[in-house]
Order: sequence, then structure tokens, then C-alpha cells
Amino acid sequence: MRITFRDAAHLIRLVVVVLIAIAAFAGLRSLMVPETFGQYGHYRGAALEENRQRAVSFAGRQACAECHDAVVEAKKPGKHANVGCEACHGPQAKHAEDPSLKPVKPDSATLCARCHEKNSAKPRGFPQVAAKEHNAGMACADCHQPHQPKI
Amino acid sequence: MPQGRRDFLEQAGRWLFLTSAAQAALEFVVAGNASAAPNYNMHTHWWAMTIDITKCIGCGNCVRACAEENGVPKGFFRTWIERYDVPGWEMDRPDVDAPNGGMDGFPDKPAKGKSFFVPKLCNHCAHSPCVQVCPVGATFETPDGLVIVDEQYCLGCRYCVQACPYGCRYINPKTNTVDKCTLCYHRISKGLTTACCEACPTGCRQLADLKNPKDPVHDFLRTNSIQVLKPQMATGSKVYYRGLDGSVR
Repeated sequence: MRITFRDAAHLIRLVVVVLIAIAAFAGLRSLMVPETFGQYGHYRGAALEENRQRAVSFAGRQACAECHDAVVEAKKPGKHANVGCEACHGPQAKHAEDPSLKPVKPDSATLCARCHEKNSAKPRGFPQVAAKEHNAGMACADCHQPHQPKI
Repeated sequence: MPQGRRDFLEQAGRWLFLTSAAQAALEFVVAGNASAAPNYNMHTHWWAMTIDITKCIGCGNCVRACAEENGVPKGFFRTWIERYDVPGWEMDRPDVDAPNGGMDGFPDKPAKGKSFFVPKLCNHCAHSPCVQVCPVGATFETPDGLVIVDEQYCLGCRYCVQACPYGCRYINPKTNTVDKCTLCYHRISKGLTTACCEACPTGCRQLADLKNPKDPVHDFLRTNSIQVLKPQMATGSKVYYRGLDGSVR
């Protein structure tokens, strides 16, 4: 072994250069690579948390039921029992946070037609009508109650 | 002293060993440390979605809800509905249309053969082709089974847009980065369901947690004929369709 290192003075310079290169690499890498990169894999771990922190705009039917339990109860015997509130009333997270913000009452003529207008691609058993023949000029809500749609 | 081959190899080996050891030590030092997210343990979930084709009425509620919840720019879709019309036996030549992604519903037209709706969204593949091609690690599979995009890290190179066999990705014209369905990560991590499932009037779409033994998805998968889109591509898709016709691409 002694023989190998006998005149290795010129190698010391090389060692120093390599060490400086490694230190520079480590320094640059820690500056350029985000802190949470590699936490779970080859990506920035903090991106998950950032994604989770976004605000919601649909409050969810549980939130609706906390105040409007009478409506939920009224819906139960009808065909629309499992239709979410926000399916018709639109996103109401703001209203759930601040009930003084009153939502706009949906227009039944366009709303009912979205689901129940006749279409040849709809499943056979699904109740559908051609609005022009069924209730020309009339509002659906004149006969059907959306929360309990049977006449 | 003239250096022999043996000496050279010995020395070179020594240097190589040193640098790789130093590299390993550096990796250890430089890697970030884990910080737990409050109230949500992503290792106890494995998210998926089930779609019952026989229940879809093409109302477009899911498309509108998605756009409102996620601020999807006009003309782009994280989820959309396609109307299929398969004339007779020509299964490989179905008529497919999706006016404005199905957002405004579908104007009725006489069906030439069998006609039905197919809602589509990111399949959150377990072996995603889009993740494999990302050159910088801006899109990835999370420990809870989602495919997510890191908006801050994305270069907008569009490799993943081309790699996705389902056409689920688009370039957001505002940020010029890629955008896609997150399976409403901000909702499901708070115990809510996705915006599309919340707005679906027929229960055609259901969010599913495959790691939860009490989730009705297990019954659904066990008792129905289930298919994923493009199974031949082995993407490990986690959007399970019931009643999916063979003509659907």
C-alpha cells in the first residue's frame, strides 16, 4: 500500500478539486431542489397539501340537511329522495357559511328539462317527456312539486 | 514509478467507491423531511370511482359542477359526457358526439342503433402513462391513489397530454401548465364526495375508497359486470364502469 501512495502528491490537488466539486454540487442542489421534493417520491410533497387546501364551492348534502331537515324529510317518500340538493340548487358553500346570502330560486322549466326532456339515448326506464307536447307553455311546478314530484 | 494496470484499477476503484458513498450520504442529508398533514391520513385511502352507464341520463350536471368547483376554463373539461350511437353490428364504428362536453345537455336526435351516454374523467391510473413521461416530476401518483399535477413545477411541455390514452389532460390557457381532474382532492380529503358525484342526480357516479372495507364499492364490483376503459393498455385504471359497451373507446 505504501508503494501505491509513495509519490501521490499530485493526487492531493485532484482530491481537493473533487471535494470542492462535490460541495458545490451539494450546495447548488439544496438551493435548487424544493424542500419537500422526494418526500413521497419523485415529486414535490408539498404539492399534495396545496391541492388539499383549496376551498370548496359545493357544500354537500349533509351540510344542507343541518338546517333544511324539513325539506330532506319531505323529499324522503318521493322519487327525488336521493337527488342531492345542489344538483338542482347549484353550489351553495357560500350560503352554508353565511345563510344571509340567499340563493336564487332555480327556474323549473329549464331545470326539469335537463333531466326529463325526452332523449333517445337516455335509459329506457327513466321518466322523460317531450316538453312541447307535455306542458306547452306551462311551468312544471304548476303540477309537480320538485321535492316530491308525484302529482 | 510506472503505474501498472493493477494499481490503476485499484486506485480508480477507491475513488469510485468514495464518490458513490459521498453521493449516498448527500442524498440522505439533502432529502426533505416528512411533515404529517392534519386530520387526513393518505395511507388509509385508495381512491377510485364507479360509473353506472345504465343510470347516466346525459343531463350534464357533473360537467357543470366540475367547472364551477374547479374553475375549469371555458371549452376545456376535466370531466365530460359522450353520447354513443352504435349502428347495428359495426361495433368499431360508433357515432360519438359530445356538444360542449355535454355541459348543456344533448339535443335529441333519432338513434340509428343502440344509444347511450358515457361520462368520462381522469381514470387515476395506478400505472399512469402520463406520469411515466413527465420529465420533471410535476405529475405523479400519490400514496392515496390519485394522479395529481404540481402546477408550480409543470413546464407545460405537453408530453403527458399526448401520453394520456383517455384524453383527460389539457393545457390551462391562464397558467400555461397542464391541468386535469384531481378527483376533487380538496373535497375528498375533507370527507366530502367529489363535485360531480354531489351533483349527479341519478347516482350514476360514486366516489369509492377501495381501502375502506365498508365502502359499498366492494359489493358493486363483486355483483356486477365491470369494465375499465382500454383495459388492453394495462394502465391500472381506477374508474370502474358497469354496463360498458364494447364499442366505447
